[in-house]
Amino acid sequence: MSLLQVEQVSHKFNSKRLFKTNNQSNNVLHDVSFSIEEGSCLGLIGTSGAGKTTLGKVILGIQRPQHGKVLFQGHDIYNVDKATQRKLRRDLQVVFQDSYSSVNPRMTAEQIIMEPLENYEKLTIGERRSKVVSLLERVGLSEKDLKKFPYQFSGGQLQRINIARAISLKPKLIVLDESVSSLDMVTQSLILELLKELKVDFGLSYLFITHDIKAAFSISDALGVLEKGELIEYYESKDEFFHSRNPVILRMRESILAEHPRFRSLTKNVKMV
Amino acid sequence: MIAMFRGILKSQKVIVICSLILCVLFLMALFAPWLAPNDPTAVNFVDKLQRPSLDYPFGTDHLGRCIFSRILYGARISLGYAMLIFMSALSIGLIIGIIAGYIGGWVDQLLMRLGDGLMAIPSLLFVLGFVGIWGTGLKQVVFGLILVQWVYYARVIRGMVLSLKEQNYITAAKISGSSTWTIMQKHIIPNVLPSLVVMGTLEMGWAIMNLSSMSFLGLGVQPPTPEWGAMIHEGKSYIRTNPALMVYPGLMIMLVVVTFNLLGEALSERYGIKRR
Repeated sequence: MSLLQVEQVSHKFNSKRLFKTNNQSNNVLHDVSFSIEEGSCLGLIGTSGAGKTTLGKVILGIQRPQHGKVLFQGHDIYNVDKATQRKLRRDLQVVFQDSYSSVNPRMTAEQIIMEPLENYEKLTIGERRSKVVSLLERVGLSEKDLKKFPYQFSGGQLQRINIARAISLKPKLIVLDESVSSLDMVTQSLILELLKELKVDFGLSYLFITHDIKAAFSISDALGVLEKGELIEYYESKDEFFHSRNPVILRMRESILAEHPRFRSLTKNVKMV
Repeated sequence: MIAMFRGILKSQKVIVICSLILCVLFLMALFAPWLAPNDPTAVNFVDKLQRPSLDYPFGTDHLGRCIFSRILYGARISLGYAMLIFMSALSIGLIIGIIAGYIGGWVDQLLMRLGDGLMAIPSLLFVLGFVGIWGTGLKQVVFGLILVQWVYYARVIRGMVLSLKEQNYITAAKISGSSTWTIMQKHIIPNVLPSLVVMGTLEMGWAIMNLSSMSFLGLGVQPPTPEWGAMIHEGKSYIRTNPALMVYPGLMIMLVVVTFNLLGEALSERYGIKRR
């Protein structure tokens, strides 16, 4: 049994008002199915507006899809009793793209990381403190940062705090929704390294949602490509991405910047014009 | 220490001065029984319409009552009930605004349309109507003013909650298992409250004005209870011969309202909050 199974999920946004229903709606997701195995990372690539974030929300259990099922550890997350849902929530965490809006500006790093722990575990103050410190150290920050507020951190450091919050309950699956996309190249690679380490240490699985093909490549085991709400390609092994003949994939592949302009394909420029 | 204080005084002159004035006024109201030289309701026809003297710092009114003492006791009612209106309207507005903003849907529509309905009637007219139905008296006026006032808070809070709700940290909190109540307590109320207090400061002046104007019309505080608006009302027959009867309470109302408004403006400028 896979850790997460997404079965034929379709979703539309209807704009409903009190006296009128707007029927002009667009399919955000259309018949998406895939699964994530325990301990693996699925990279989900897509351009803006492809439905990546909506799919993430559907999997996180905060956006009920109109059709289809999401099975997490064998339970349909939208059709279980409250207690089971709460238990499932614990194993499912998220790290968003915008690290600043992901933390309450009025809370200290300690309070931010503690929030999930407070909800699920009864700990004494001392135990909690030491747990938060160990989490902070695990993500590369130190005890000094406990009492700092979000504005005192850089974007990369804040993203580390978000990661610390996500791993605090030792979840099974973390949805990384563009988690490294707004960071600079160096920080990005450092965070990716951290994520890879954590994956091994905690036995995590990731759903890595991104538009950044390089980042997806560096961390994923399997790859999926989302285009206009449909999962157009799915590769068990990420290298297959380079052998695909699908025109959408070809476009994506060409858009990857070469290390040096010299290496960019000349034909691409001709095509673009 | 002194340098730090001087720094604060210099950078936030208006805030510091206004807060000091208000502090003094509130202390005066609180300690009125000890500060007042005379009984505010003691009638003494021998000494009526006296000029200021040592016994009567502001003179006496047409019934020989000490104006200074009456102003001190009047501050208790004006400031106290304005505070009551502010706190109650804020609490009601906070609860309704959060419910409307957070739950949304038809609940939001219902509550906000109710608010729109209340706002469609001018507040003075609403309170007049309220008094017309339930009779004159301080209780009715205060209740009417609270009923008018909560709508403004509720609307502002609803707007803030709507934008807060979309923040990722609320979503993250939901995912990390926080209940709706925890989210409100930890994430929504602390982020909404500071702006509300600033807004409330501006509204305090409004509350005092309205309370006094209702008393001036003879609908709120009833004689012989000292209240600033009622004092102006009582003094209006003597405006030609003894304007002091109206001037002192009038000046007090002006001082309080202007101070609250200046403080509110300064606070909202400093913390970047728009009015209403």
